[in-house]
Amino acid sequence: MNKVQIIGTGSYVPEKIVSNKELTKIVDTSDEWISSRTGIKERRISEGENTSDLSTNAALRAIESSKINPEDIDLLIVATLTPDAFIPSTACIVQNNINAVNATCFDISAACTGFIYAIDIATQFIKTGRSKVALVIGAEILSKVLNWEDRSTCVLFGDGAGAAVLKSSNEDGIIACYSGSDGSKGRHLTCDAIPVRNPYVKKENMVAYDVNSSTVKMDGREIFKFAVNVMIQSIDELLKSAKLKIEDIKYIIPHQANARIIEFTAKKMGVDGDKFYMNLDKYGNTSAATVAIALDEVSRAGLLEKGDKIILVGFGGGLTYGGIIIQW
Amino acid sequence: MVFEKIKNIIVEQLGLDGEEIMLSTSFEDLGVDSLDLFQIIIEIEEEFDVQVEDAEKIKTVQDAVDFVEGKMGK
Repeated sequence: MNKVQIIGTGSYVPEKIVSNKELTKIVDTSDEWISSRTGIKERRISEGENTSDLSTNAALRAIESSKINPEDIDLLIVATLTPDAFIPSTACIVQNNINAVNATCFDISAACTGFIYAIDIATQFIKTGRSKVALVIGAEILSKVLNWEDRSTCVLFGDGAGAAVLKSSNEDGIIACYSGSDGSKGRHLTCDAIPVRNPYVKKENMVAYDVNSSTVKMDGREIFKFAVNVMIQSIDELLKSAKLKIEDIKYIIPHQANARIIEFTAKKMGVDGDKFYMNLDKYGNTSAATVAIALDEVSRAGLLEKGDKIILVGFGGGLTYGGIIIQW
Repeated sequence: MVFEKIKNIIVEQLGLDGEEIMLSTSFEDLGVDSLDLFQIIIEIEEEFDVQVEDAEKIKTVQDAVDFVEGKMGK
């Protein structure tokens, strides 16, 4: 089995910053309410860029930081719940944009856990020798699937993308992967696609479809409970499989959904909140992009030294969950 | 017993002095927002192995104690 290392990262967010205060102009909310309940202060919203555009920019930055050429990439995965189109996949659009002519490209749908699942997949491809250089992207334009009149959801989410390049290596960079799903709770976090409509569907079975049908709907309380449980479970299982203790971990980079979830998790684990990296005050919840953007930030801020161990951990629609231990 | 355990959960979650917490204390009095209350309820659920269906109904410490004792009585 080959070893796998992350050799570069990149991220990209739209230029437009929408603060909590600005949101009060379009929904009945307040900076105080949003900040205290979620920790979010502002988010980036696309003024026209789609998921493939963000993905491309993040990818180019990751490629530059890893010093590879686009032709070296043989696997290109985009984790997203907001693709540009059903076909071509966002990954194929990115391929065309960056000239990754030797890559096998596909999207994966695992909501907010998508980037973590994608790193897991790329790791297995490289370990088995099926791939040598993989570009993994987590990207979303959530602003296009939000009900902007629903203050319980539209204040939580933002747009963004992050990318990482994984390569076959002599050094062990990805030392543990863990994942799971719970479809029985899927109804707590949804965003519908197109209902069945064709000349043969009976009128009484026709599902109404309007501009708010494909928007994110969430049972916040159920997700909160689920998130805390699976984050702790994932971290425990990862440490067990890598034979490490929480003290060996420099940073935990959790999915950036809500500061209260992260703080509650830290408290339950008896771990100092500072160990959990947070940037959701600037970006809100960008689903599959959160962990990817945070990883890029942590890397570029020089917070990591060679040999440091970090945990990526996420949870999301599906419901899905998982984590990775990375040795830098 | 139940009251003591619930009092401890509240003290721990909110970082308060236990002296202030009595059966008649309402969560609103304690300055608790819906997420704080929810976190307290998660802890109560785990401590007593119960499921709280209607968190909205639990407005005072007495309500929480009654709920748990009701479930244990069964």
